[in-house]
Amino acid sequence: MKALSAADLRRRRSLIVLATLSILSTIVFGLLQKSGQDVTYGFVFDKEWVLISQWVIGSKTASLLFGVISVAASALSYFQFKAGKTSKIASAVGSAGILMSFISWAAAGKFIPITGLLQGALLLSVPLIFGSMAGVLSERSGVVNIAIEGQLLAGAFVSGVVASLTHSTFLGLIVAPLAGCLISTLLAVFAINFAIDQIILGFVLNVLVYGITDFLYKKLLIPYQGTWNSGPTLASIKIPLLWKIPVVGPILFDQTIIVYLMYAVVFFVNYSLFKTKWGLRTRAVGEHPTAADSVGIKVNRLRFMNVMIAGSVAGLGGAYFTVGGVGSFSKEMTAGKGFIALAALIFGRWTPWGAVSAALLFGFAGNLQSVLGIIGTPIPSEFMLMVPYLATVIAVTGFVGRVRAPAADGTPYKRGESH
Amino acid sequence: MSLELRQITKSFGALLANDSIDLRVETGEIHAILGENGAGKSTLMNIVYGLVAADSGEIFVDDVKKEIKEPSDALASGIGMVHQHFMLVPVFTVAENIVLGHEKSGFAGRLDLDEARARIKEVSDQFNFDVNPDDLIENLPVGVQQRVEIIRALIYEAKVLILDEPTAVLTPQETDDLLKIMKELKAQGTSIIFITHKLREVKAVADRITIIRRGKVVGTASPDASQNELASLMVGREVELAPDKGTHAIGAPILIVKDLTIRDAVGRALVSNVNFEVKAGEVLAIAGVQGNGQSEVARAMVNLEAHVEGSIALNGTEVIGKSVRESLHAGIAFIPESRELDGLIGSMSIAENLILDLHDLPPYAKGIQMSPSTVVSEAEKRKDEFDIRLQSVSDPVSSLSGGNKQKVVLARELSRPVNLLVASQPTRGLDVGSIEFVHKRILEERDAGRAVLLFSTELDEVLALADRIAVMYRGAILAIVPSGVTAQELGLLMAGVVHA
Repeated sequence: MKALSAADLRRRRSLIVLATLSILSTIVFGLLQKSGQDVTYGFVFDKEWVLISQWVIGSKTASLLFGVISVAASALSYFQFKAGKTSKIASAVGSAGILMSFISWAAAGKFIPITGLLQGALLLSVPLIFGSMAGVLSERSGVVNIAIEGQLLAGAFVSGVVASLTHSTFLGLIVAPLAGCLISTLLAVFAINFAIDQIILGFVLNVLVYGITDFLYKKLLIPYQGTWNSGPTLASIKIPLLWKIPVVGPILFDQTIIVYLMYAVVFFVNYSLFKTKWGLRTRAVGEHPTAADSVGIKVNRLRFMNVMIAGSVAGLGGAYFTVGGVGSFSKEMTAGKGFIALAALIFGRWTPWGAVSAALLFGFAGNLQSVLGIIGTPIPSEFMLMVPYLATVIAVTGFVGRVRAPAADGTPYKRGESH
Repeated sequence: MSLELRQITKSFGALLANDSIDLRVETGEIHAILGENGAGKSTLMNIVYGLVAADSGEIFVDDVKKEIKEPSDALASGIGMVHQHFMLVPVFTVAENIVLGHEKSGFAGRLDLDEARARIKEVSDQFNFDVNPDDLIENLPVGVQQRVEIIRALIYEAKVLILDEPTAVLTPQETDDLLKIMKELKAQGTSIIFITHKLREVKAVADRITIIRRGKVVGTASPDASQNELASLMVGREVELAPDKGTHAIGAPILIVKDLTIRDAVGRALVSNVNFEVKAGEVLAIAGVQGNGQSEVARAMVNLEAHVEGSIALNGTEVIGKSVRESLHAGIAFIPESRELDGLIGSMSIAENLILDLHDLPPYAKGIQMSPSTVVSEAEKRKDEFDIRLQSVSDPVSSLSGGNKQKVVLARELSRPVNLLVASQPTRGLDVGSIEFVHKRILEERDAGRAVLLFSTELDEVLALADRIAVMYRGAILAIVPSGVTAQELGLLMAGVVHA
């Protein structure tokens, strides 16, 4: 047998995991299930919440069907691996098959609104995606951004208050990035100019934002709720033609402006990071700042700029909680989403698309948990909620693939101090 | 292009790193700057390249005064530099590294690497560099990475090329290739400043030699000067380059290694079926190009490798399966390949580093309590015995120079009762004075009847110290030859060529 590179070995190992899981799910969810109950999948095609199409199938049959699809897809991806080709699509189909096999089993005798499930998943993912993009921007340039949570919360607070005072969602949307940027500027000043430990600093900034917003919430927003905390919310905008695409259309293209801005941010970050001069320099200062310095790149200036952009992106994501959602601000309403965004960043290996995929997975698991909770299923919903984070821990320990942070992530740069 | 430095002075705190240095490099010459580690060579070059600001002094390029405040100023003036620690981003391709800082963009800010690829191929073909613009740096051997640095300098039209300790990380073969490349560059009109402390290389390529000692220019020499003359100028006293091996008695085998096989985490053999023995009062050198399994064998001697088969017997007792601590206390002294990474804890004090192995035993500890005063007094004693130059034994060990760090490692490892000394690349990156000291110590251990197992990629070192030489190639011992072998024969063996 020819010697495999370390990357190939990891890939083989993850394919073996995929194949094992698909066989297991076929057996457990498909073969071992009692027959007789049906699962109903509902799809919305046109108007929201008006059921257009239903698909009723025997639960056992569905689990078996999806199980077999996943086994076939795993086999296909293994053959593609052997032939030295990429197997991303086949692997994705395999994973989706395992998931559907599981859902068909868990929702036996019940009704699953597929469109609603996916729509809800996307909605839960939005702040995670904004947060993880902020992580990509900052950490790829070498500054650890634990303060995403604080940037989200600051954005949520300021945009809610400004929108409430001015009765303008537009102004609320404009000030949110500024609030996030302010927090990240603090991070940048202390982390880059004063070389303070970035993890401690990020944590302290989070506590600071929690404290300030809690205080103002109690002293201003509750007593004067009418003027300070009853902001308008953004209306959703249907994108002509696109929103009529079956299943996908209503999920992706009937959203508020913040979600469309999110698409733009993701595409822009990914393109810029890998295809432009700015991206090359950003990755260089995140990997080997001394090398970047020696070819005339101003390391700390570039890092400072990136951290500020990162904060703005997270701040914009914060607006999603208030003007993009319920309108009013409530205490600690980001509820740790910034930390989960950080997990998505790591799970996604510090790449924009990886982080988006991880954020979507986390959002999906969160929403599946609540949907299954509502319809009543045999497994505790808390367990469902746990799975994605368990997956993150496994990913970080390097079982499925070694996760490597940018080499200089978290290390302040001062000329002449390191090699 | 000529380069002239006038009265360059730079101090770091109380340390005068460069003291009024004058230097002139003519067009198309290879000008060697010779000096011990810490003599101020690198500081001087970092000033020329704009990485460090001089306190005073002037730089002239083709007799025109230049203000060099940033690396970009140096590049614009035609000065290129190949750093000792490569300035390449490991996860970037060759082309990405070369355009970094000088990027060209096309539509929508899209990075355009085509021109760079073409230029890299052109330069690579011109000098037979065999560099592919789309290879990832981290997948390339060190020698090729260095060529990437040279290509970068040439593409940005460096007329004066600074090479900072370029051979420190190279194998003998790669070193010879580099020296050839330097001569070709010179033939094409490039001036080269060659920073080194290796005398053989200076004599092989330099046109003129400037010697720096303790921040001052102490003289110039021609390459015809003998190695001993150069070494004395560099160190400031007479040095013995080839230690006298002397006569010594060889006794019974101390270490017997049988069928040693070492695997990596996924089961591939890095070392297969290695057999050798080392006798009391004997130096067995294991030579070979870096990466042929020597590092693993060295680490296996103290059980630092995880997947080991076969037998390692010290005085008849099996070592494999013991803990590292047990192996050390069984009478093995171990000098690891990287003193910074594996030999010392940089942020801990010199005194603490000296007793790392015995810190929980009397007299350094009583019960669970350590005795700091004993630790310090012991350190004072060993500082004198091993001539460790330091300000205070309480300073962090990272504040020491390379040679003094290695003396700390030696002082610690040789303070236990020892039967076997395992020394892995013991003089890598050291200056002549320190090399002399380390070599002397190794021979003293041998004369005291200990077995010495020396791992080295340096031909000169192997020939100077060894009684027998085992050459490793691709994880196996290719041959064990007596010390009378010539450098050429040894070089061939290291390249995997066995005589019929």
